[in-house]
Amino acid sequence: MSAKSTHPKGIDRRRFLTDTARGIAGCALAGAGLTWFASDARALPATAIRPPGALGEDDFLAACIRCGLCVRDCPYDTLVLAELGTDGAATGTPFFTARDVPCEMCDDIPCVAACPTGALDKNLTEIDNADMGVAVLIDEEHCLNALGLRCDVCYRVCPVIDKAITLEQSPNTRSGHHAIFMPTVHADHCTGCGKCEKSCVLEGESAIKVLPQRIARVEAAAHYRLGWEEHEGIVDELVDLPDRLPGPGTDNLAAPGGYTDGVPAFEPAFKLPSTGGAGQ
Amino acid sequence: MSTASKMPVGREAVELKGWWKAYKYLILRRTSQAIFLLVFLIGPWFGLWLVKGTLAGSMTLGVLPLNDPFIALQSLVAGHIPETTALIGAVIVACAYALIGGRVYCSWVCPINPVTDAAHWLHTRLDLPKGWQPKRQTRIIAMFAVLAVSALSGTIAWELVNPITMVHRALVFGGGFAWAFVIGVFLFDLLLSRRGWCGHLCPVGAFYGQLGAKSVLRVTAVKRAACDDCMDCFAVCPEMQVITPALRGQDDDTPLILSPDCTNCGRCIDVCSVDVFEFTHRFDTRPAPGRVREKSKPAKRADKAA
Repeated sequence: MSAKSTHPKGIDRRRFLTDTARGIAGCALAGAGLTWFASDARALPATAIRPPGALGEDDFLAACIRCGLCVRDCPYDTLVLAELGTDGAATGTPFFTARDVPCEMCDDIPCVAACPTGALDKNLTEIDNADMGVAVLIDEEHCLNALGLRCDVCYRVCPVIDKAITLEQSPNTRSGHHAIFMPTVHADHCTGCGKCEKSCVLEGESAIKVLPQRIARVEAAAHYRLGWEEHEGIVDELVDLPDRLPGPGTDNLAAPGGYTDGVPAFEPAFKLPSTGGAGQ
Repeated sequence: MSTASKMPVGREAVELKGWWKAYKYLILRRTSQAIFLLVFLIGPWFGLWLVKGTLAGSMTLGVLPLNDPFIALQSLVAGHIPETTALIGAVIVACAYALIGGRVYCSWVCPINPVTDAAHWLHTRLDLPKGWQPKRQTRIIAMFAVLAVSALSGTIAWELVNPITMVHRALVFGGGFAWAFVIGVFLFDLLLSRRGWCGHLCPVGAFYGQLGAKSVLRVTAVKRAACDDCMDCFAVCPEMQVITPALRGQDDDTPLILSPDCTNCGRCIDVCSVDVFEFTHRFDTRPAPGRVREKSKPAKRADKAA
């Protein structure tokens, strides 16, 4: 080109380097802004529950291409895509709000089948193993069961009834002669479907809410040992104590457990010559 | 204004070739953009699910996965290996654009293209100054910056701000604030930088350009000898730097527009009243004598051209 030939090469090179440096600097600045935005985008609202099989939030944002195919194949219109500005910054990623439409836990898990990238993990084949979140009885002061009434709705609608939610009885100290049937969530079995939250009879917000794992669950205390779970194994391995049998005088070696039949008469290993018998 | 004929851009072509031939590729292109949008919209609008999903990833008739290869690449560098479905979809799309020209996506499919074209139309209409004109290579740096941010943050970084998928998702799934991005791009192109977004900055366009760097479908200036310097092609071309080497080349230079920046929009074919340009393949070796230059290179070139 004519423009090139009129310039000495040095100026071309200098111009090229300045332009490139300028471009890189600009993009680095924009990139820094984008990185900040990207990390901010991880902050979904606590009520936004990811679909079944969703990878952990960090992995999920590397995998989800925000195509919405899971939303399309959800037969109950549970899933929606996050909208810019209204549902947090992870725009276009799928979630559901349990109080609006909970997950119906389809046996064939169509949302997971539809996901092209594996952001919803295909290893989830049994919907009961889903781990979308954990139900938490968040307001005991207004839960009717906690007040001593028999509402039981969250317990009754639970798809994993008697495993994910149980009713634990305790004395009602207010009346003095009734029981409180406390809805109690067992996180290992709770799928986070949110049917309990949806069906809570309270107006407005639910007393029991599904929260994402990252909010509802904590690490077990590493510096405490749960003796009641551990002690049998540990003690059996470390010390082999003699078995003590029931009966009068468990130290009674002459008649162990009080039984004398078939037990040979006790003879001390040695006798003290002076006393001539019982070593008392 | 066409310098040779003193007519507005494209007027001469309309008069000489007729209205249809002077707007053919523009109309075909708008039709293509509308069709690509409509196949995604007839599902949510009429319950006719030919295509589900968005431009980021879609499923056609339940059998054909199509995925954006740039998004798949960001996902890879972010540390997630997509499942087979997405990989197949990305490979299909990548192969298609590698054949027909990567930036065919920009001019024939992308929903932002009508926005920036409208901005440019108004920009010309209002006779605004061209404003900030970063280097064309800036978008390449932007593309690598996006990949770097994806790797560093472990997210598909560009999808947080990508106006293309934002507006497409807003159209297909609904969503209000995404329009802010469209308006932003429109105003940027209108007021701050002529052809700024698609022509200088968009990393998606940069990616598709590189993808189709060796594509088969090309525009050629095969009848460049007939060029009458009206400059209309330069006026309509969104990447006008791609024209010069082909159109102004000498006899031995290829008349093919081989720059990866060319979007194969075909608008130069439309507006040329003397039909210099046409679509061809990159292996086209038809001889294309250079233009006769009356002043600068007189007798010698004239002989050759004749």
